Amino acid sequence: MLLFLGWCLATYGGFINHNFLPPPHQVANAFIDKLFDGSLLKHIGVSLVEIYTGFLLASVFAIPLGIFMGSFRIVAAAIEPVVNFVRYLPVTSMIPLLILWIGIGLEEKVAVIFIGTFFQQIVMVADVSARVPRELLDASYTLGATRSQVVSRVLFPATLPGIMDTLRVTMGWAWTFLVVAELVAADSGLGYMILQAMRGFHPDVIFVGILVIGVLGLLTDTFFKWLRNHYLPWANLH
Amino acid sequence: MASLSIKNVSLKFSAHHQADVIALDDLSLEIPDGQFAVIVGPSGCGKSSLLYLLAGLKEPTSGECCIDGRLIEEPGPDRGMVFQSYTLFPWLTVQKNIEFGPRLRGMPQIERETRAKEHISDVGLGGFENHYPNQLSGGMRQRVALARTFANNPDVLLMDEPFGALDSQTRAVMQELLLDIWNKDQKTVLFVTHDIDEALLLGDKVFVMSSRPGRIIETIDVEVSGPRTIDLITSEYFISRKKRIMALLHDEVIAAMQL
Repeated sequence: MLLFLGWCLATYGGFINHNFLPPPHQVANAFIDKLFDGSLLKHIGVSLVEIYTGFLLASVFAIPLGIFMGSFRIVAAAIEPVVNFVRYLPVTSMIPLLILWIGIGLEEKVAVIFIGTFFQQIVMVADVSARVPRELLDASYTLGATRSQVVSRVLFPATLPGIMDTLRVTMGWAWTFLVVAELVAADSGLGYMILQAMRGFHPDVIFVGILVIGVLGLLTDTFFKWLRNHYLPWANLH
Repeated sequence: MASLSIKNVSLKFSAHHQADVIALDDLSLEIPDGQFAVIVGPSGCGKSSLLYLLAGLKEPTSGECCIDGRLIEEPGPDRGMVFQSYTLFPWLTVQKNIEFGPRLRGMPQIERETRAKEHISDVGLGGFENHYPNQLSGGMRQRVALARTFANNPDVLLMDEPFGALDSQTRAVMQELLLDIWNKDQKTVLFVTHDIDEALLLGDKVFVMSSRPGRIIETIDVEVSGPRTIDLITSEYFISRKKRIMALLHDEVIAAMQL
């Protein structure tokens, strides 16, 4: 709210050139224009498909691998060195290579998001899984659980809240990687829209792009919070 | 129902760049069917390790542990264990925690619900069926843990200082509760504690264990006619035995400290 008031004051008060910081009504107009000519929804759609494809693919592989890596030494020994090596390579530095290899379409964005989030997720989930108390697993074995039952009925549910937090955090990073990838090379998407607006000198459209990304991020975050409260109510008990 | 036997068991931990730690040294022990046996010993004497061996969660370096003459190689529902730390599944309600074992074996839902209800009322937690563990006090959690183990109908109960984390009033109530439940079907129990009063109150037989490496240094029979209640702790009979155990353990603790 304060931020918005400050924005109004700076622009309508005439303190800042409107070419650099457009006033709210100009941004609102740009938003309406882009909405009605259909281009905004198209860019949002493209970005959402890219980010969810990459993110879901990464999560689907990272969650089980992370759980095993955290709880079984053999798995950790097999994949930890590779994971830790790749994890420290900034994915943004790989964008040029990925463009050479697979172009600038959906596949490249998905690859950037996958590489950017997968290796972080796997380490974070492994950490969550390693922190499940040993006694909880021991207790399950003495109740007659087999190894696979311990994994599916104890290890997995025990790690769920931590996994949820991991997904929430890495989703934020995924947005960053996506926008960077779209800024570098793309023919659609919110990052592309922002870049085009910069080239055409339309700061109001840049603002529309940034605000839309912010709102989409907020919605995703709210969704994760809802998931946690709805499906894991026990995790919020002190 | 079952008997336990421990034959010449040793347990060594090898730590990287450190001298081996000998937790148990050539220990032998027989616990007949239906006995409530207690091991009392100083902290770190390896008494918990012994339970983990019997549970099949650890393997002895040498020697063997048997149940009814069969070699123990892995954990199984015939040997139920209650831990000192809270081991309830936080994502399951009290009811579902207690149903966990029966459910693993595919017991029909109605049957396991009825059984869980009985065990919940045995430990006095009627009305808390749908609470989550994090909503319960420490004493209530351990009562659920007891119920969960009993609901699984094991032949042998292994108890690793289950009341160690509770305040003394709660502990006294839990001890009486345990005796009440145990009196119903008199399963074989091996209970580990460092609390001498607890050992004497609960055990038919009390094994006194030395400091690391753990060995049995004395076996004390506790024969009580009539029900065991907290009042017994101040009786002549108990006090003489308590003095004996205190003297033994005192020497052990001193010895351990001078190592």
